Amino acid sequence: MKIDPIHQFNIEPLFTLGHIGNHTIAFTNSSLYMLVAVAIISILMLASGTQLVPGRLQSVAEISYEFVASTIRSTAGAEGMKFFPLIFSLFMFICVSNLVGIIPYTFTVSSHLIVTAGLALLVFFTVLIYGVAKNGLKFFSIFVPHGVPGYVLPLVMFIEVLSFFLRPVSHSIRLFANMLAGHIALKVFAGFVAMLGFSLGAIGWVGGVLPLALTIALYALEILVAFLQAYVFAILTCIYLNDAIHPGH
Amino acid sequence: MAESHGGAKSPAAGAHTEADGGHHGGGFPPFESSTFASQLVSLAIFFVLLYVIVSKLALPKVGGAIEARQNKIEGDLAEAQKLKDQSEAALKAYESELASARSRAQAIGNESRDKANAQADAERKALEEQLAAKLAEAEKTIASTRTTAMSNVRGIAADAAGTIVQQLTGVIPDAASVNAAVDASLKG
Repeated sequence: MKIDPIHQFNIEPLFTLGHIGNHTIAFTNSSLYMLVAVAIISILMLASGTQLVPGRLQSVAEISYEFVASTIRSTAGAEGMKFFPLIFSLFMFICVSNLVGIIPYTFTVSSHLIVTAGLALLVFFTVLIYGVAKNGLKFFSIFVPHGVPGYVLPLVMFIEVLSFFLRPVSHSIRLFANMLAGHIALKVFAGFVAMLGFSLGAIGWVGGVLPLALTIALYALEILVAFLQAYVFAILTCIYLNDAIHPGH
Repeated sequence: MAESHGGAKSPAAGAHTEADGGHHGGGFPPFESSTFASQLVSLAIFFVLLYVIVSKLALPKVGGAIEARQNKIEGDLAEAQKLKDQSEAALKAYESELASARSRAQAIGNESRDKANAQADAERKALEEQLAAKLAEAEKTIASTRTTAMSNVRGIAADAAGTIVQQLTGVIPDAASVNAAVDASLKG
């Protein structure tokens, strides 16, 4: 019995959609789980009623709505509500696909850097384009902090510009690495149980209780991480957008 | 891409996975650039789809439900406040009415008591006068009766003394001496 903790991240094309240049565009297992996430969010938000006294499904939909709305209001102010659909889509997409991905034998969309980078770049360019369109050149005042002595200003500005352009990197790698590492750790610990059992027989199965308990604990942690990383991604998006809305800060 | 299809057919076999890793080049799926285009295209399609659903349908619907509830709650609270104000006004009116009625009742009570007292006093006075008159008359009668009785007592005493002397001595005493003796003993 050999356990490969990386196998779960394989991209398996299900059917080919077409070609762009010499790239084959396929509908993959990743595409399937993106579709599943979109479907779950749509069902949650649209199939729940509009009762005065909400039922369970409607409560979940309204709690998600209020949760994201209050996050935006507290970090980017009332003006940030312009980006409510974007942030809500990001949060729900990451949260639901992470939670679906934690079910055994499923695929985790955000365990691929290209996906998280795509989302992070979407946020980055939204911030950049909206910031320049709304504030003009004043937007670049976010690189010039107040109250910094003139002789260190060039250095500070260099660091600020660098950190601004590194934002999509940290934004995407944080989510990707968390999901990837969590899933590998789960697979490794769960693999210990089977490995011990198959190699040592009865003693191994008894000894497997410890890694099994660890797997259960890790699983609980991963559920928390799945939600938390979606929240972190959304709140960082709010903070970055706040720069575009209020560059003066 | 044909190799990847091969991998899809044997997802559980470790040996195949390793072989697939060899085919994919890097061996670590997240860094396999051949899958990037497919993932980016599907991400673009599904994220745009999600964004459209969320912004056009989901958020207006859920936000509308929340707002409708908020409006309903505010309307109900305003209605409750209005009714409360009304009931408070009614209570105030009732209390002032009660107070005025009570003071009126007090006034009426005082008036009727004074009237009754005055009447009773007058009746008592008349009765007392009447009784006093009767008493005076009765006293007068008693006094005249007593004088009459007293004068009778003297006559009876003189008669009795005369008779006693006659019985003892056999001699009829003369009236003048008997009267003198009776007067003397009455005085004594």
